[in-house]
Amino acid sequence: MGFFIETMLGGLMTGMLYSLVALGFVLIFKASGVFNFAQGAMVLVAALAMARFSEWSNAALGGDSLFLANVIGIIGAGIVMFAVAWTVERFVLRKLVNQEGATLLMVTLGIAYVLEGLGQTFFGSEIYSINVGMPKDPVIMFEGLIEGGVMINKEDFIAALLAAVLVGGLTVFFQKTSVGRALRAVADDHQAAQSVGIPLNKTWVIVWCVAGLVALVAGIIWGSKMGVQFSLVTVALRALPVVILGGLTSVPGAIVGGLIIGVGEKLSEVYLGPYVGGGIEIWFAYVMALIVLLFRPQGLFGEKIINRV
Amino acid sequence: MIYRENGQFKTSYLADQQIFTIAQDKWFVLGLIAFAAIGVPFLADEYLFRAVLIPFLVLALAALGVNLLVGYCGQITLGAGAFMAIGAYAAYNFMVRVDGMPLVLAMLLGGVAAAGFGILFGIPSLRVRGLYLAVATLAAQFLCDWAFLRIGWFTNNSASGSVSVAKLEAFGWVINTPVEKYLFCLIFVVVFALLAKNMTRASIGRQWMAIRDMDVAAEVIGIRPMYAKLSAFAVSSFFIGVAGALWGFVHLGSWEPAAFSVDRSFQLLFMVIIGGMGSIMGSFFGAAFIVILPIFLNQFLPFLGGLVGVTVSTAGISHAEFIIFGSLIIFFLIVEPHGLARLWSIAKQKLRLWPFPH
Repeated sequence: MGFFIETMLGGLMTGMLYSLVALGFVLIFKASGVFNFAQGAMVLVAALAMARFSEWSNAALGGDSLFLANVIGIIGAGIVMFAVAWTVERFVLRKLVNQEGATLLMVTLGIAYVLEGLGQTFFGSEIYSINVGMPKDPVIMFEGLIEGGVMINKEDFIAALLAAVLVGGLTVFFQKTSVGRALRAVADDHQAAQSVGIPLNKTWVIVWCVAGLVALVAGIIWGSKMGVQFSLVTVALRALPVVILGGLTSVPGAIVGGLIIGVGEKLSEVYLGPYVGGGIEIWFAYVMALIVLLFRPQGLFGEKIINRV
Repeated sequence: MIYRENGQFKTSYLADQQIFTIAQDKWFVLGLIAFAAIGVPFLADEYLFRAVLIPFLVLALAALGVNLLVGYCGQITLGAGAFMAIGAYAAYNFMVRVDGMPLVLAMLLGGVAAAGFGILFGIPSLRVRGLYLAVATLAAQFLCDWAFLRIGWFTNNSASGSVSVAKLEAFGWVINTPVEKYLFCLIFVVVFALLAKNMTRASIGRQWMAIRDMDVAAEVIGIRPMYAKLSAFAVSSFFIGVAGALWGFVHLGSWEPAAFSVDRSFQLLFMVIIGGMGSIMGSFFGAAFIVILPIFLNQFLPFLGGLVGVTVSTAGISHAEFIIFGSLIIFFLIVEPHGLARLWSIAKQKLRLWPFPH
């Protein structure tokens, strides 16, 4: 019993991390109707910038204050993400208003290639580490309830908490503020939004910035967990089923989807994996998303897709 | 003036039902095929065959399959790599497990196996569309990656996980040299391209296009969406599967599941979109662009670096390749969202009027 709960909790924590990446997808899709395949590359670039800026600041200032280095790293990475958002809007999206979804999808893949190349050229392609002072040691919880207790990684716990806070904030931002409402209007219809006076360009910069910041948070957490390296890009592929399961247009959906996928992956790997040779995590998530799609084509929480003739 | 349809009257149904009804088109295509079959073997050297021409032909065939589905039927797929893998491994298993199996038949059966899986993974398309469908097809990709890596039966329990084909022989013709391999691929590509061209102007292709343009309206005028979509998945997967078998058997010789990874799927979709959706010619343009560009960059960048006195490291080159490849994709999508095939049709339009543009 203890082992089952432990596996499940582990799944929940991983799921929270997936939803962090998934959030980036959802944000950009909600606000521009673009399915942003560059999210993985953005996570990589943000994490690389963060790791390298804090390293450089340490070297330049000669000090070894972890806090100062991290602050400089975060600010530097934030600036980089802003620059990315601005450039993408100015040179790519502005020229592709009202294009088909497939074209926009391909453009984001192009952006992903450029970001991967530029990021590694500027920041190097070694494996770097991020240390934001998160506690690494596991703790035993619920000892009174279950025999032997349940072992939880403190780092995962904090990451999950951070993700939850971020999601809460973003939900409020989208539903309650006027900027959020403008973003949703743009997602619905570029032309209509423009005709009621919403500045398309500014809106896109804002949303890519927000997505960049989400990528930064995801990058910091993933980076401190498994080191900053090129394979961070593949995290995006792990987060795709999460987005589909939860619904492309729903922020809470990204979270619930992440939790379901996280738990499903872990449980399937532990209980089903040994029978079929293991390594089933990645496709199991996709198959889960596929099954949900068959019953709810818009995902669990997505807005119903209405077809007008 | 050079490219004019008027004045070419058809006096029989046979003449009206040709694949290329315009004489210029017909002669151009015939000339192109003749050049590829007779001229190229004299002009190209071994490196060119192995590194450029054979991959180009095989990937063009795969892109053609993807184009039938994405460009003609409007169903986005990111699982093309998986269907290539299914084609390759199925053909391999037919070769290994059935005694005296002819090579061509094994490849076609590989295509049939891919078509079966295509129908299976096409079922979600009846419910979901667009980006949701793209992700749904990724399920096929990851499932196949895993299955061919972990399930020993598919690879005939080979210890290293890689499989290889010893001898290529079709109808008594032993295929050894790069030139022979090239011609073997060329035969497949020509036959399948003409088949695709014919299919897209027949009833089935028109059904696909109707579904692509507006599925509800297509349903109203009596097109069965289930039949149209699933047939598109089946035909497209068949093409991709045969291409996969060619890729494994002829180009690689021996291969691992990584040869058909998700990157391959993205690459094929790139070819279709850059080449031009809904255009047979476009698939070839796209394949040429994607195959040749990385090779060109690989050769050209160190030369350029040497010119300005900078030695570019290997890692630097691969990063620069990423950047240039990505920027070119973005550039092409911005200046010509309808793909390179669009340039082709503009050129034809110009030739129609030339030299009297008004």
